Amino acid sequence: MLLSRRARSLLGVAMGLGLAFVYVPLLVVLVNSFNASQIFAWPPRSFTLRWWSQVWGNDGVRSAVLTSVQVGLVATAAAVVLGTLLAFALARHHFLGRQTLSVLVVLPIALPGIVTALALRTAFSTFLGVELSIWTVAVSHATFCMVVVYNNVIARLRRTGTTLEEASADLGANSFTTFRLVTFPQLRGALVAGALLAFGLSFDEIVVTLFTAPPGVTTLPIWIFQNLSRPNQAPVVNVVAAVLVVLSVVPIWLSQRLSGDSVTWGRM
Amino acid sequence: MTASTASRANRTRSLATRVSAALHRRPRLRLAALLALPATWLVVVYLLALFALLATAFLSVDEFTNAVTATLTTTNVSSVVTDPAYLRATGRTVGVAAAVTVLCAVIALPMAFFMAKLTGPRTRGVLVALVVTPLWASYLVKVYAWQAMVQPGSGVLDWALHPLGLSGPGYGLGAAVLTLTYLWLPYMVLPVYAGLERMPDSLLDASSDLGAGPWRTFRSVVLPLVYPSLVAGSVFTFSLSLGDYITVQILGGTTQLLGNIVFSNYAANLPFAAAVALVPVVVVVAYLALVRRTGALDQL
Repeated sequence: MLLSRRARSLLGVAMGLGLAFVYVPLLVVLVNSFNASQIFAWPPRSFTLRWWSQVWGNDGVRSAVLTSVQVGLVATAAAVVLGTLLAFALARHHFLGRQTLSVLVVLPIALPGIVTALALRTAFSTFLGVELSIWTVAVSHATFCMVVVYNNVIARLRRTGTTLEEASADLGANSFTTFRLVTFPQLRGALVAGALLAFGLSFDEIVVTLFTAPPGVTTLPIWIFQNLSRPNQAPVVNVVAAVLVVLSVVPIWLSQRLSGDSVTWGRM
Repeated sequence: MTASTASRANRTRSLATRVSAALHRRPRLRLAALLALPATWLVVVYLLALFALLATAFLSVDEFTNAVTATLTTTNVSSVVTDPAYLRATGRTVGVAAAVTVLCAVIALPMAFFMAKLTGPRTRGVLVALVVTPLWASYLVKVYAWQAMVQPGSGVLDWALHPLGLSGPGYGLGAAVLTLTYLWLPYMVLPVYAGLERMPDSLLDASSDLGAGPWRTFRSVVLPLVYPSLVAGSVFTFSLSLGDYITVQILGGTTQLLGNIVFSNYAANLPFAAAVALVPVVVVVAYLALVRRTGALDQL
């Protein structure tokens, strides 16, 4: 590519600065989790592993993680079922309202989080008369995790087409056998990828959760949010944050490998 | 096959096969069976929620119990659109969203160009993965990281700028814009990278053959071609910044954006919070309508 030396090096510098911009704050969190002092000051004067061992005994963290995992599992399960059904309906059939439905499924994630959060809150407490509980949190999460599974499955369905299923029917299999032996193995990668993305999305969710969770239900992000302003909890929050930096990458990386897409968009 | 063998064959077919054959003959029944659960969920849970939000904006609240009463009123909506304090907050919020979008574009373009045009195929995959991966780090952790960066006095930015005699932005609107740019940057890099990758190298060579320097090439060839991708990325950065309340609350100091007005009011005065929340919806819908005309939405 014909580009002057100067332009090349300028772009290289821009790339380097950009990468630094992306990674320096995360490294700060990681380094700070080893900070021996309870008060935040940069640079840290001494380092310790003390906080890392203390975190496992912290009851607040443990129950928050448990709550997050529970909500995540329920929301992911619901999202996988609903997203897959919707993907099949929209990929294999043409009907009035198809466009509308495909916009509707994206809305929970496309509209600003606070709008979705407040909308769900008003629906639950004012109109449906439902009391807030861990189930309202799970229902809210499932509503916007649905689109993530839907996107993965419909992309896979469009790529694989119906020829193999028609061949299977020609050979005498009924729809259920065809689904079990032909369609599902083709979809498995997309389903797992979508499920991992949905779980990651639910585990990290704070915007909508703050509005749909009652005072007793504390997911991990809510726990972090509540403890951000408590200075004596700062070391534990540091360790939790450092763990999350590393952990949240894993399910997404796995999902990218499984779905076989070169670049996934995650939320969309 | 005679009639008797045919009927015997029918009776020996399993239930699954008969159901499957019936469904195969009736595509509309198949569609209904597939759509029943997700469509009901979306309509009952989400559409109802949106209507509930719209309706609640016109209700009123009991002063003593903070419970929502069924009295219709337009005071909430009218105060949101006429009161200068809220109009200023709206302007501030839209301004923040626009600033974040522009900053994201400025940072993302050189990075995406470098990755798409100036790297070999193997390093490209690695670089893209490096840029995209932090998108998956927890939102709250990233805000927390920036709190450590901008904290006045003890923060990383203050420490880094001290030898130069400068100081960091501290808490406030600047820190909020910076953090929001950081949070949504991968959403801008990805579509721009995809758009630039699609652009053939030969166009750039042709432009330089015709005598254009790098800046002229960028202005006249690259920018028009990458414009739809920029717009596609801006949909995310704009809409995500418009409704954000957590970043502003943690790092914004005393700044009031629409998001945290809603957050601080929803418990005591739900109808008013609902009225305020309608503003981002209107802005996003207007933005999407504008964007649609540029054809960038087809790229999403």
